[in-house]
Amino acid sequence: MSEFHQMQCSNGLTIIGEVNDQARSAAVGFFVRTGSRDETTEESGVSHFLEHMVFKGSRNRDAMQVNKDFDKIGANYNAFTSEENTVYYAATLPEYHGQATEILADILRPSLRSADFDMEKKVILEEIGMYEDNPGWMVFDHARREFFGNHPLGNSVLGSVQSITDLKRDTMVDYFHKRYVASNITVVASGNYSWKKFSNQVEKLCSNWKPGSARRDHLSQTTGSAEFKLLEKKSCTQENVVIVSPGPPAASPLRYAAGLLANILGDDSGSRLYWALVDNGLAESADCTYHEYDGTGAFYTSFTCEPKRTQKDLEIALAQIQSIITKGITEEELEQAKCKALSRLVRASEKTMNRLQEVGMSWVYLRKYKTIDEDLQAFEKVNMRQIQQVLERYPLMRVTTTALGPLSKLKKPETSTPKK
Amino acid sequence: MSTRTHHHVFENGLTLLAQPMPHVRSAAVNILVPSGYVNDPVGMAGMANVLSEMIQRGAGKLGNKDLSLAMDAIGLDRNCSAGTNHLRIWGATLARNLERSLDLFSDIIQKPMLPKDELPAVKQLSAQEILSLEDEPRQKVLIALKQRHFGSPLGNDRRGTLEGIKAITHEGLKKFWKKHFRPNGTIISVAGNIEWKPLVDQVEKYFGKWKQSECAAPKQQKPEGGYLHLAKDTQQLQIGIAYPSVPFGHKDYYSAVGAVNVLSGGMSSRLFTEVREKRGLCYSVWASHQNFKEVAAILCYAGTTTQQAQQTLDVTLSELAKLSKGIKEEEVRRLKVGMKSSMLISEESSSARAGSIAVDWYYLGRVRTIEEIQKAIDGISASSILEHVKKHPPEKFTIVTLGANKLVTP
Repeated sequence: MSEFHQMQCSNGLTIIGEVNDQARSAAVGFFVRTGSRDETTEESGVSHFLEHMVFKGSRNRDAMQVNKDFDKIGANYNAFTSEENTVYYAATLPEYHGQATEILADILRPSLRSADFDMEKKVILEEIGMYEDNPGWMVFDHARREFFGNHPLGNSVLGSVQSITDLKRDTMVDYFHKRYVASNITVVASGNYSWKKFSNQVEKLCSNWKPGSARRDHLSQTTGSAEFKLLEKKSCTQENVVIVSPGPPAASPLRYAAGLLANILGDDSGSRLYWALVDNGLAESADCTYHEYDGTGAFYTSFTCEPKRTQKDLEIALAQIQSIITKGITEEELEQAKCKALSRLVRASEKTMNRLQEVGMSWVYLRKYKTIDEDLQAFEKVNMRQIQQVLERYPLMRVTTTALGPLSKLKKPETSTPKK
Repeated sequence: MSTRTHHHVFENGLTLLAQPMPHVRSAAVNILVPSGYVNDPVGMAGMANVLSEMIQRGAGKLGNKDLSLAMDAIGLDRNCSAGTNHLRIWGATLARNLERSLDLFSDIIQKPMLPKDELPAVKQLSAQEILSLEDEPRQKVLIALKQRHFGSPLGNDRRGTLEGIKAITHEGLKKFWKKHFRPNGTIISVAGNIEWKPLVDQVEKYFGKWKQSECAAPKQQKPEGGYLHLAKDTQQLQIGIAYPSVPFGHKDYYSAVGAVNVLSGGMSSRLFTEVREKRGLCYSVWASHQNFKEVAAILCYAGTTTQQAQQTLDVTLSELAKLSKGIKEEEVRRLKVGMKSSMLISEESSSARAGSIAVDWYYLGRVRTIEEIQKAIDGISASSILEHVKKHPPEKFTIVTLGANKLVTP
């Protein structure tokens, strides 16, 4: 079965890995603890733009060479940027793990060439255009901004057409030197590979990376603006609604309970929202997910429906949230949510890429490694008292509501908004 | 890992396939019933899709809610959906719950309640699924492209049409279920931590009494092809291009997939390099092989801002034309490694494996071993791809665009 290793290099770089010699593949990831929440207004969108630029090459490789070298080893590789993390990863057959690691370590010191910067700016603007045509995605970006208000977690990951157009290469270079320091990066591996070879290789390849220290500010818990916002977009067909409520932060022991609570309220099968809105066809879809961040957390309850039903559906969704608070949940609901969580966790863990994310994120947020079984037990142990604690500490009915679609009018339902 | 798969055909014509994966803890079940959207009755497009939702609303002795609870109680993640030729019932859970899953699925398939009072809500849901496509321009353009390139019913959208959904009656739904749900032509595939012998007995127990019936295949209409523009007020212009290829099982199949990979396998591929990397014309551009039993096509997609759309289409088409001018050895080396590793990596999970063995069985009447696929990939060469491209050159394009402007097409 699997074993775990960790080490810290003299420049502060952390290397961790879970080895599973049963796996058919091996994965490697560079987790940089930086994202849109770490950007100033002038830097808006730089984390994501920089993620694209990393693939444009280093002193040793130009963009075409990077792509060719990854493709030569048949790597399944990419990167993503969120509010808090920028992650570069590659999964390969075991024999190519070393080469994938070498390429990633190399491009993580990018040249950021001007010509590449100008060309990729066009691609980023296309990406923004693509999302603007997708209201189901856009509404979440707006909802987060509404909920977090001035808190940096409200920053857009993509940035705006304006902020990207205005962004200077020098700003990106400065941001890179500030954020991509060794102490702010965790290198992670999973699957079938040799830990000794891997850790030695990474240590050597990254030995000249500057130690530095990257700060993250505004780690306070937030309960959200409690605003009600209607964004009219005539070209849309359906109305998209997102209701955000405060939740526990990533480091909270209540995060497992919060995950189960979201499942009870809004899983896509057999949840309260499913029976109240989807089973009867009132909404096309409805769900609730719990997102954990550094220092704070949130529940995103959302649904999509025909515009004319929005007012009613919104009242129903809020009544469902309210009833969880006033009447609580049943033991049966908790057991059912646990069953689903366990089954999903076990199945997800069969994929090497998934283990990379789990092991990496757990380390980035908690400095902890958990085996699959430990994670399973954590869900198993959640009891009614912990669910109650989540509801007591995080006012679920302090909702920030955002609707995006063709509607020009939507009334804020009358509910009492709990104080912060 | 052993690549040995088991198969058994029961007396009633039902096929069972299984892939034991001793190192995992889960099991996945994939059931293909020959009741896909191609069988939708004329005037009732969307029937198979509505049925896929209706069969979950109560079966055997369990009503809608109790059935849902029974599946959740064993952590059974599931999905029922209408595919081209089959209605697919999929479920995955811990291996110890496999038998209970088969029990529940057998009721869903053989004894669905199809409650009349649930039909309006299900029709409402299905109609909303169609409406939502208006807010997803990328999907919308690809659906229109398939429709135009393959013709009806093969190229239809599984969601059907608003008029079709409206016309569906409870009577019609029951008739459709009775006619198309049958063991002959049904494939059950299972992968995960399972044992073959007990599985055969369980499937016999739950599906052995299911009665055979015969049913004629739908008639295929001639596709329209050519160029279609869908006007829409959007930021980007969506471009879809299709042209004929050879289907899975054809002797040139691997060379055809090789050609797709020259265009779109990895970030060093031609489309990504020429359209995105060198010109910054779009974020998303790709080509893929779309397969049916007798026909197949290469589909290309690009989404770009209106002003750059003509150039994007022109560059994409010129890359297609360039295929027959030559394929480099180094391109072929890269795509072969890519094809091999994505095959191996994508089949790490029990769900993926259960799906792919069923696909093999449906198209080929057998399951390919990993070694066989690897050997076939090894057989791809620059000259085999080139020969294929010359025999089946990119031409007779079907093109669909969606957005503010029409484009100039060949």
